[in-house]
Amino acid sequence: MYYLFSVLLARLLTFFNKNYLWNKQKLNSFAYNFINRHLNSITRMKFGVVIFPGSNCDEDIIYVLEKVLDQEVVRLWHKDHDLQGAEFIILPGGFSYGDYLRSGAIARFSPIMQEVISYANKGGYLLGICNGFQILTEAGLVPGALLHNEKRKFICKNVYLKTATNNSLITSQLDTHAALKIPLAHGEGNYFANSDTLKDMNDHDQVLFRYCDENAAITNDANPNGSAENIAGVCNRSRNVFGMMPHPERASDSLLGNQDGLGIFESILNTVA
Amino acid sequence: MCRNALGKWRIIPTFARMELTTTETAKELGLLPEEYDRIKEILGRTPNFTELSIFSVMWSEHCSYKNSISWLKTLPKEGPHMLVAPGEENAGLVDIGDGFGCVFKIESHNHPSALEPYQGAATGVGGINRDIFTMGARPIAQLNSLRFGDLKNDRTQWLVKGVVKGIGDYGNAFGIPTVGGELFFDECYQVNPLVNAMSAGIVKVGETVSATSYGVGNPVYIVGSATGKDGIHGAAFASKDITADSVNDLPAVQVGDPFQEKLLLEASLEVIKTGAVIGMQDMGAAGIICSNSEMSAKGEHGMRIDLDKVPTRQDNMKPYEILLSESQERMLIVVEKGREADVEAVFDKWDLNCAIIGEVTDTKRLEYYMHGELVADVPANDLVLGGGAPVYEREYTEPAYFKENQKFDINQVVEPADLREVARHLLSHPNIASKRWVTEQYDSMVGTATMTTNRPSDAAVVAVKGSNKAIVLTVDCNARYVFADPKKGCAIAVAEAARNIVCAGGEPSAITNCLNFGNPYIPEVYWQFVMAIQGMSEACLKFKTPVTGGNVSFYNQSPDGGSVFPTPTIGMLGIMQDTANLMTLNFKQEGDYIYLIGESKNDIASSQYLASYHGIKNGPAPWFDLEKEYEMQELVKQLILEKRIVSAHDVADGGLYIALAESAMAGKLGFAIETDSAIRKDAFLFGEAQGRVVVSVKADEQELFVETMAASEVDFTLLGAVTSSGWVVDGEMYDAVAPATVLFNGVLHSYLGN
Amino acid sequence: MKFTASINVMPLKEILDPQGKAVTRSMENLGLSEILEVRIGKHITLTVDAPDEESARKKVDEACKKLLANLIMESYEFELEAQLS
Repeated sequence: MYYLFSVLLARLLTFFNKNYLWNKQKLNSFAYNFINRHLNSITRMKFGVVIFPGSNCDEDIIYVLEKVLDQEVVRLWHKDHDLQGAEFIILPGGFSYGDYLRSGAIARFSPIMQEVISYANKGGYLLGICNGFQILTEAGLVPGALLHNEKRKFICKNVYLKTATNNSLITSQLDTHAALKIPLAHGEGNYFANSDTLKDMNDHDQVLFRYCDENAAITNDANPNGSAENIAGVCNRSRNVFGMMPHPERASDSLLGNQDGLGIFESILNTVA
Repeated sequence: MCRNALGKWRIIPTFARMELTTTETAKELGLLPEEYDRIKEILGRTPNFTELSIFSVMWSEHCSYKNSISWLKTLPKEGPHMLVAPGEENAGLVDIGDGFGCVFKIESHNHPSALEPYQGAATGVGGINRDIFTMGARPIAQLNSLRFGDLKNDRTQWLVKGVVKGIGDYGNAFGIPTVGGELFFDECYQVNPLVNAMSAGIVKVGETVSATSYGVGNPVYIVGSATGKDGIHGAAFASKDITADSVNDLPAVQVGDPFQEKLLLEASLEVIKTGAVIGMQDMGAAGIICSNSEMSAKGEHGMRIDLDKVPTRQDNMKPYEILLSESQERMLIVVEKGREADVEAVFDKWDLNCAIIGEVTDTKRLEYYMHGELVADVPANDLVLGGGAPVYEREYTEPAYFKENQKFDINQVVEPADLREVARHLLSHPNIASKRWVTEQYDSMVGTATMTTNRPSDAAVVAVKGSNKAIVLTVDCNARYVFADPKKGCAIAVAEAARNIVCAGGEPSAITNCLNFGNPYIPEVYWQFVMAIQGMSEACLKFKTPVTGGNVSFYNQSPDGGSVFPTPTIGMLGIMQDTANLMTLNFKQEGDYIYLIGESKNDIASSQYLASYHGIKNGPAPWFDLEKEYEMQELVKQLILEKRIVSAHDVADGGLYIALAESAMAGKLGFAIETDSAIRKDAFLFGEAQGRVVVSVKADEQELFVETMAASEVDFTLLGAVTSSGWVVDGEMYDAVAPATVLFNGVLHSYLGN
Repeated sequence: MKFTASINVMPLKEILDPQGKAVTRSMENLGLSEILEVRIGKHITLTVDAPDEESARKKVDEACKKLLANLIMESYEFELEAQLS
């Protein structure tokens, strides 16, 4: 017991120091909070972030995982075949292979994706954000497809998300009545699935997030891109593959004035712990 | 000639086109007779067509700045933070402390955007970013400054949609946030929109790369996209090209490939880390010849280049086509001999073309070969700006309109009975209304460093990761003021940029400029240029913001055959020493006091109000006093550092009322203010006299605030207080925050669709 | 009389086609290195109501020139087929 406590203390100190050096402000504004919440469950996981040519949110998610959450991250290059022992794989946002043809269409055939797909098929954890979500749908790892936004324009803005279920690794600790303010940035984020698929997904609690207004009401006006049933994020039937269009990594740092996305990463760490 | 697979006739590339040129050829290529004579003198013989083409592009306005450089040289270059003197590299380099430098630049893509707005704007974004990363800096923020004709016009709407989508698609995929900009409509831009793109990047001091070339025997690489016949569409070249078929071969539009640019960015920064790079320069205007000559001239060496080794996109390209091609997403790199494998491994990793096309020589000449045959041989230094490129002093004359403008008298303008109507007119004018329709199409948050996404501010604030600092960026130019009085108007542009930086919590540090003017051969136009330069110099000296570089775009025409408003767009960089100093523009809380810092004036000259409500286009620039402006800004800086105020917003287009409205909408709050009976109410509310900032102050800070203010020489007035929703002037309800916001947000959508 | 027009809009061959280029490269990655020079355009079908084929052709041509293709960077071709009433 004492041993455990001292290990924990050592980790906390490391965490404090790293963050202190990195940004004094952060310590004041949120590190205390975060550490308090995590006294019982601070976990270190090994995340693998896949880098495709054209990925451009890879460094942003790595920054949050390494600098804000003190996690270990390995970069997984698209031409490689080795997941380097990563326990949780993330497909980041961006324009993989230029996103020409269809978003995500080319990326799914890259060498690393063959390993990622087999990892996921064995039950390994996999999260796709934005372009990562598009790749997951192209690879058939989650149901549905992402069409051009209804208004045919790229949209970048803060939107609100309502958590549809706590029954998933990435939403386990989120308040299902609250509206999370998370930015999105995409041209093809209009979630589509046929009515049978939608019913099946609802029956199996596979919808994770829906677009809502700032009061957590799911309305047509709050739907930024025409997504079916305001769907912003989903998981597969076996609940180990997660996809979402909004960017929680863009709302996880006090420097940006918005930390609503942090709960998603905390859910992962706390649940796995 | 022979038949190709499609059965069409084409020219066999029997180069040897050593046929000699004449003054006529020179003229067709846009060279003056005296320039042609000078070229013959430099070469000691008559140039062949390829050589003459080389001189024609290198001595063009675009590359040589021949009609502007003598005045550009008068701009202030010294500043406390300068690391690279202007003109020495592709962009200016400013020391921001903690071992970091910031590279930033603005550039125009006006004429390509007028032809094909989507690709024109996209390639403009590509070009300006290459200028940044070719120096070894990673771009972290982009801005743009756009000007179009009347928004009611169909063609304008087509241009706006195309340009915005072009900028968005390119910048979004490239993965660098677009954090700020300006958008302005006036009939004078009807045929010739202005599309100015700016980028800023961060580099560790000492890790920059120079656009130079030296070391005999060092290999010269071309990397990135293959070379096509892009940008070779001058009449002279077309007529030189003999068959109708080959004319059809010349693409009028260059297509940008942001994916390629992203790979080029990563590969370029990675190859620098190998330590094998001697020099690097991107290829934009005038392509290979431009990079070859500028790098060689700088490094005082020569090059021997085999043009047949350049990867091409089209078959049978002629030497001059390869040399002059403006194909996008390419870089020229000179590498230390023996390190080829290290360099090639990087480009191979990123799946980019990478070909050795020649080597460095000690001849100081550029020798071009095609299939082993010498096709051109020119001295590098004679081609470039600062070397042998011509420099002209142009005549200038004060235009008649200028004196007329000064005769304007406010008393000739009848004050409208209902100022609420004016308020609504301004709030819903496209020049003032929300630019959300545009900005939401740009990824403004990628990179997770944009601090102003959730904290609206007068300038964009982008954190420098790995430090506690941020860079503060803005682009500004009220061209109506510059037209009214080029000298004062351009000084105002600098002052306004500085004011925005200061209101955001930054310290103005340096500027880049994009000088959009009409035809420099018209003395009245050139007068506008000269006056603008003088005004810019004066203001830059005052604010200690040296000019680090930029770009000149002449020949921007208005529909009546005249010129667009003279538009010297100012891109300013500020430094925020501590991200905690960020100041926002939104009102914070009911009950906070609202103060105006600076003087209210009985002035409506050149205001949006005068131009669009009264339809009066001629008048002097608004009231402006450089010294007072500077004092005012110094004071605002102090107030922010001492945390005496909770919001700051500069008074600009639309005057005080619009400044209050913007702070209120951003805070979802109201205000109640009193006007000054000594000043006409329309001037008080809608006049655009310079040097003013609206601040809000917590009730319990008021005493200290007033103390600080009283200790200074700067004028200040208590306007009123922040309220819950109504916008009240002298007890009269002008608007309320909710309906006003709906109106303000919906204006561009009503013209451009959802 | 009604005609169906099948229109192909392609980027001009001398113009860079980033989309085609990226897809060509991915073909290589998929082991389909025999696939070369992918170029990607648009296929559009529409119905045109016109008295005869000649005028239908004119209408479609006008539609292509004015809207469907950007002649600065794209070319088009189409086929017309009379619809059975």
